[in-house]
Amino acid sequence: MGSRLFPSAWLDSSWRWRSLAVPRDAAAHLAVWGAALVVTGAFTWIVADVVGHGASHLSLEFLTAAPADAGLSGGIAPILVSTVLILCVCMAVAIPLGLGTAVLLAEFSRDANRQGRFVRRSLDVLAGLPSIVFGLFGYAFFCHALGLGFSILSGGLTLACMVLPILIRSVEAALRALPDEIRATGAALGLSKTTLIRSLLLPAASPGIAVGLILGIGRALAETAALLFTSGYVVRMPNSVFDSGRALSVHIYDLAMNVPGGDGMAYASALVLLGLLVMMNALATELVQRWQKRKGLLLV
Amino acid sequence: MSDEPLRPSLERWLPLQQQAECCEPHPLVRAQELSLRYGPTLVFEDVTLDVHEGCITALVGPSGCGKTSFLTCINRLTDLIPGARVSGNLRLDDVDLLDPQIDLIALRRRVGMVFQKPNPFPLSIRRNLCLPLKEHGMRSRIARAEATERALRDVGLWDEVKDRLESPALALSGGQQQRLCIARALVLEPEVLLMDEPCSALDPLASRVVEDLIVGLRGRLTVLIVTHNLAQARRIADWAALFWKQDDAARLIEHGAVQQIFEAPKQELTAAYVQGRSC
Amino acid sequence: MTAETDAAPRRDRALAAILRITAAVAGSITIGIVAYLLFGSLPALRAIGPLRFLTDPSWNPVHGAYHIVPMLVGTMVVTVGAVLLAAPLAVASAVFGRFYARGILSRVHRRMLETFAGIPSVVYGLWGLMVLVPAIARVGPPGQSVLAGVLVLALMILPTIALVGDAALGAVPESHLRGAAAAGLSRWAIVRSIALPVARSGIVTGILLGTGRALGETMAVVMVTGNVVQVPGSVLDPVRTLTANIALEMAYATDAHRSALFVSGLVLALLTIGLVATIDRIEGSERSDGTNAHGV
Repeated sequence: MGSRLFPSAWLDSSWRWRSLAVPRDAAAHLAVWGAALVVTGAFTWIVADVVGHGASHLSLEFLTAAPADAGLSGGIAPILVSTVLILCVCMAVAIPLGLGTAVLLAEFSRDANRQGRFVRRSLDVLAGLPSIVFGLFGYAFFCHALGLGFSILSGGLTLACMVLPILIRSVEAALRALPDEIRATGAALGLSKTTLIRSLLLPAASPGIAVGLILGIGRALAETAALLFTSGYVVRMPNSVFDSGRALSVHIYDLAMNVPGGDGMAYASALVLLGLLVMMNALATELVQRWQKRKGLLLV
Repeated sequence: MSDEPLRPSLERWLPLQQQAECCEPHPLVRAQELSLRYGPTLVFEDVTLDVHEGCITALVGPSGCGKTSFLTCINRLTDLIPGARVSGNLRLDDVDLLDPQIDLIALRRRVGMVFQKPNPFPLSIRRNLCLPLKEHGMRSRIARAEATERALRDVGLWDEVKDRLESPALALSGGQQQRLCIARALVLEPEVLLMDEPCSALDPLASRVVEDLIVGLRGRLTVLIVTHNLAQARRIADWAALFWKQDDAARLIEHGAVQQIFEAPKQELTAAYVQGRSC
Repeated sequence: MTAETDAAPRRDRALAAILRITAAVAGSITIGIVAYLLFGSLPALRAIGPLRFLTDPSWNPVHGAYHIVPMLVGTMVVTVGAVLLAAPLAVASAVFGRFYARGILSRVHRRMLETFAGIPSVVYGLWGLMVLVPAIARVGPPGQSVLAGVLVLALMILPTIALVGDAALGAVPESHLRGAAAAGLSRWAIVRSIALPVARSGIVTGILLGTGRALGETMAVVMVTGNVVQVPGSVLDPVRTLTANIALEMAYATDAHRSALFVSGLVLALLTIGLVATIDRIEGSERSDGTNAHGV
């Protein structure tokens, strides 16, 4: 953790000159710095572009009004509502499944038994599958086989499948990071595993769990392809999770590709989406810091 | 940071007669030809030892000689280690501790354990003690409060923490934390207390406080304490057992009354070890 | 902690049972996905037959033609191009962050990469569409092209490769580096001869992860590659990837057409599973007992 670089203790300034004297070293130096500049430049360009073009359309009205003229004017209120609903459905399903699986993997099957191995391997694969494949699955299973049709529910359930591996990984890592002494002490006191998990392990791991949740939400927010033909395309304000609804990311896509002249609004929507993600990131960082401070206390 | 009261320095060596006085040699925990393996590795072999009721027994010997492992057999913490196999005979009173069918929860109520590094739960002081009580069935909040106060008084912490029972246990000093861990073990009123080098992570002052505490337990319960500090063993124990690694596995070399072990050891090895370190 | 089976109180056994159920559900999602892809593909495989996907004259499902090769080529070209472009830049970035940047700069650099790893693909696509495509159009219309796809995808996968590479470089034992410095090697010599080789498997894993991400990317490529079904003649030609194909046609496809789309989905899933298995094996070969990265 943290930036481990060449401490100047064993690389004094003479080395630095020496490192430039040889042409190959100078070239490498140039290449590495150049790469860093190119990368930074490209990303700054993207962000600046989105902020620059989107800020002009951003306003309170934008966030609270409904889209009009196929999205060319008005706002994104129903879309924000749909997005939030999709996220809620996603989390409502992913959290119990994710917590349960992670607790099983971390506390009940440390020795590599068959179920643990199978679950881990399949989660690895799940994490790598393309989002469009999730879309196909969601369409075939949730929309058709379960008969939910194009709905926020279908979209949320599909996203839950995508978010599950991330959530499980984070929670499992958080539980494994807890010192084993807690478990040994708990056993020595005759505490049942249930009490150990519920009263000691989960509370102690809660910052890590929260970080996992936030990462999952971030991934869900950014997802588009899986929602295209599961949650629907409709811009109306949804009445329930059984209605179809359009997520923010899908709205950006639609404005950019299907609506002539819709790029201004697309930029504004993209700015809102980025803003939400930045907030999530900041929250996660804050929690990680708090977790590390707590860890310091734990390992006293 | 430490707010432990300064105690007047006690005699380094209490006369050994005083120590053995209230101790009747009646075995409570009996090990016969006990051996422990972690998978293919033999940890200790053929240990035959009687731990006498109401007395303080010290397990001494260099590190890595199976003393802690022996301790973990008695409360079956070996079950937590995959591949651990215990063979031989181990009884607490008339209960066969190696029987896979015994109620482990009840066993761990009768046999408490204190670990080397103080490890209170990341909860409040009060909850550290009430959690085990609640788990073992004490439903009444008043009863729990009384038991908590009793245990904290036993370890000499009550006056220090009575006003801040809800504060985090991890905020206590090292010595206080270890006393809290002892209180946590005592609150269940065990018959046997296993202690794995309870003072090794503490500074000398805190260490003495804990030692006094242990001595105060004599007669009330049976204490089995692992220590590699011979002076400490001599100070507080009634009985001593020397573990040593021979032929790749730890063995029990000799055990007997502390006076006999230190002044008239029967084995060469014991004599060498005891004289080499106890100056 | 092994489960204490016989002596465990009933509560623990009930908890274990519940947890096993949740884990079983989580574990069976992957199987479910592959299963539904298969069910969805079967009609096409039966009615059309796998050979025709390669030999039909064109992709024109309405008229019963299912030539998938141009889209396969599209996917491959765009993916490989993106990886070829992104990998060196990403590794150089990682080297920069670990060995050439100082304190705060290094932290800022890493934070920046982490932020960009989270930018949604539609935002990349939007920028590509609004900025990159017109720029390319000035050189050679229409602008939406292989080149645009490669550039956008490269930007998308760069943070992933760089962050994994950064972690791998950070895991190089400091003793190695110190020893090399003491022997008089220059900074670049140390990186080249010690750090990079030691971190190699981690970096390769990062590149494979990036490849997987590029392979499966949909929205960004839909927005910038033009979506014309053809084998591209040059980098300025528009092209359609498998993923884009599914995204565009799923809305109105029926019966055999829809089933054909499921076939391409199945192909994508299998390719990804292959990548994951390779990554697993690489991380596993680092351990002497052949267990994978999870120790199983």
